[in-house]
Amino acid sequence: MTELLRISDLHVAFPTDDGLVRAVDGVSLSVSQGETVAIVGESGSGKTVTSLSVMGLHKKGSAQMSGSISIAHDGGFLDVISAGEEEIRSMRGRSVAMIFQDPMSALHPYYKIGDQLAEAYLVHNPGKKKEAISRAIEMLDLVGISEPAQRAKEFPHQFSGGMRQRVMIAMALMNSPKMLIADEPTTALDVTVQAQILTLLASLQKEFNMGILLITHDLGVVAQVSEKVNVMYAGRIVEQGGVDDIFYNPMHPYNLGLLKSVPRISATGSERLKAIPGQPPSLISLPAGCAFAPRCEYIKFTDGNACATLMPELAGTSASHTSRCHIDESKRQASFAQAMKEVR
Amino acid sequence: MSSETILSITDLIKHFPVKKSRDRKKSVVKAVDGISFDLRAGETLGLVGESGCGKTTAGRTILKLTEPTSGKIVFEGQDITKFKHHKMTSIRAQMQIIFQDPYSALNPRQTIGKIISAPFEIQKVEPAGGVKNAVQTLMERVGLNPEHYNRYPHEFSGGQRQRIGIARAVALKPRFIVADEPVSALDVSIQAQVINLLDDLQREDGISILFIAHDLSVVQHISDRVAVMYLGKVMEIGPTADLYQQSHHPYTKALLSAVPQPDPRSEKSRERIILSGDLPSPINPPSGCVFNTRCWKVQDKCRTEVPQLVQLGATQVACHFPE
Repeated sequence: MTELLRISDLHVAFPTDDGLVRAVDGVSLSVSQGETVAIVGESGSGKTVTSLSVMGLHKKGSAQMSGSISIAHDGGFLDVISAGEEEIRSMRGRSVAMIFQDPMSALHPYYKIGDQLAEAYLVHNPGKKKEAISRAIEMLDLVGISEPAQRAKEFPHQFSGGMRQRVMIAMALMNSPKMLIADEPTTALDVTVQAQILTLLASLQKEFNMGILLITHDLGVVAQVSEKVNVMYAGRIVEQGGVDDIFYNPMHPYNLGLLKSVPRISATGSERLKAIPGQPPSLISLPAGCAFAPRCEYIKFTDGNACATLMPELAGTSASHTSRCHIDESKRQASFAQAMKEVR
Repeated sequence: MSSETILSITDLIKHFPVKKSRDRKKSVVKAVDGISFDLRAGETLGLVGESGCGKTTAGRTILKLTEPTSGKIVFEGQDITKFKHHKMTSIRAQMQIIFQDPYSALNPRQTIGKIISAPFEIQKVEPAGGVKNAVQTLMERVGLNPEHYNRYPHEFSGGQRQRIGIARAVALKPRFIVADEPVSALDVSIQAQVINLLDDLQREDGISILFIAHDLSVVQHISDRVAVMYLGKVMEIGPTADLYQQSHHPYTKALLSAVPQPDPRSEKSRERIILSGDLPSPINPPSGCVFNTRCWKVQDKCRTEVPQLVQLGATQVACHFPE
């Protein structure tokens, strides 16, 4: 499998009047052709900042970035952090395209759907207006919009939420990118429409062998579509692994806590949910050690001092499943296995 | 939970007129189009459906925050359908609401103490031990630090703000609360905390809750019974366990099958019913069964004849060809 994206030790911080907001703190991950890699986390965990960094979408001067983001582009690799605006613009949309959460605000209300799609093509193929329009109609057809030639002449307000998200996907596909970043692509949609969009994304991925970086807070969506999962908390990846590892053999107490607190439709009915106590820390004053330590119930199994003062490294028994936690492996296995029994 | 009926809704209708435009004659949005149900003391009824199905309007109309177009609302034996503002005020102590968005539901210029004491002020209730004491007790009950009495909403996180909204709603020990998507703006780990809090308060005070939500997993956890709404009508209603295990309406089945579960192995093998199309417009809903445009079992009869809610097994279902 060809690697399409490699992020290494990415740090992104935003200076504010209140102090430095460390939004992303040492994130490394990679996405290859044909696979779906998920970043899952709660609001403020840094998942969207990570995806915007890949697209080079932070305003000039607003973000302090370090590390590297290489994207497969024109037969070579482009490092987004060091690249100039010109190079990034030639990459954007053509090598990596992005689908945003809110299809209502991502489309311009004054322009016809077909023209907005064509524009995405014209950016990379200037002057080819006719070709752009016919491609727009072709893409609308591909994402399941009936009578595409007719609908291309309509405006966004004439489309429903689900249809608009289809338009966003069509727009992302205009330049046949090898990779898609989907930032909460179904969060604004109803479940029955969400099911349609997820099915569409999966079939497009198969057809074009695209790599997808999926950003979401919904563990159900992650379970349905992804192969690899990164769990983020307070700007760091706290656990990284295959989808089965993450859901059936959690290594980090935060991931375990998420699995226990998410309500499931179950045959046994309603047991009391097991909430994670407390709340995420402020990104301005992160704890010196593990950011999850103040909420962690497994701190008793470790030398609590280490949790408070020392940031654990990503480590694990295999390279494909790692987590950032000081807990002793033997103690973890026994107590986590017990906790997982209660999950269902 | 007792068998006493606290709230009884009969054939409730709420239509919003749409202004005349050049090419459209005067028409109405049929937000709620004839729903009926009872709520027992201490019971939680989950009201689920997709956006635009009328669930929020139903909740607001029951509280008479908007006037019903027709139908009957009986609360604690009193027909409140025609009650005017001043008469409602005295009843409002018994019926409260928790809003979806904890950011816009709290006045940013008032302290938490002021916000939570508003019900006492409005209802002119002087709690034993004074207002401040009562408010601090409430704050403690919902898991807030009583010392934060003089803080402002912006100093609290989303989950804490929702606790403030809950404290305000339970201040007067109401008998009935409409909880309109109370956890959908919250992250999972916080969402579980708030659901558990609601659960505890309900058990301790014996409150009846109309729990409006779009998330079927959350609804299953908190509800004794569930009603599924689509385009202003109730499609199916019944005890939670029965509805989730043996639903009879095709829409309920499709909804349940569409919810992704945090379980990758079963997700891969699961058969999903993918509904085609979108929700039709409530201005011009389909004739016959409103679900007929998206239903895979549709027959001619469905396009002409409106199905009534009939008992089938443990649930009541409005469908000509139930599963």
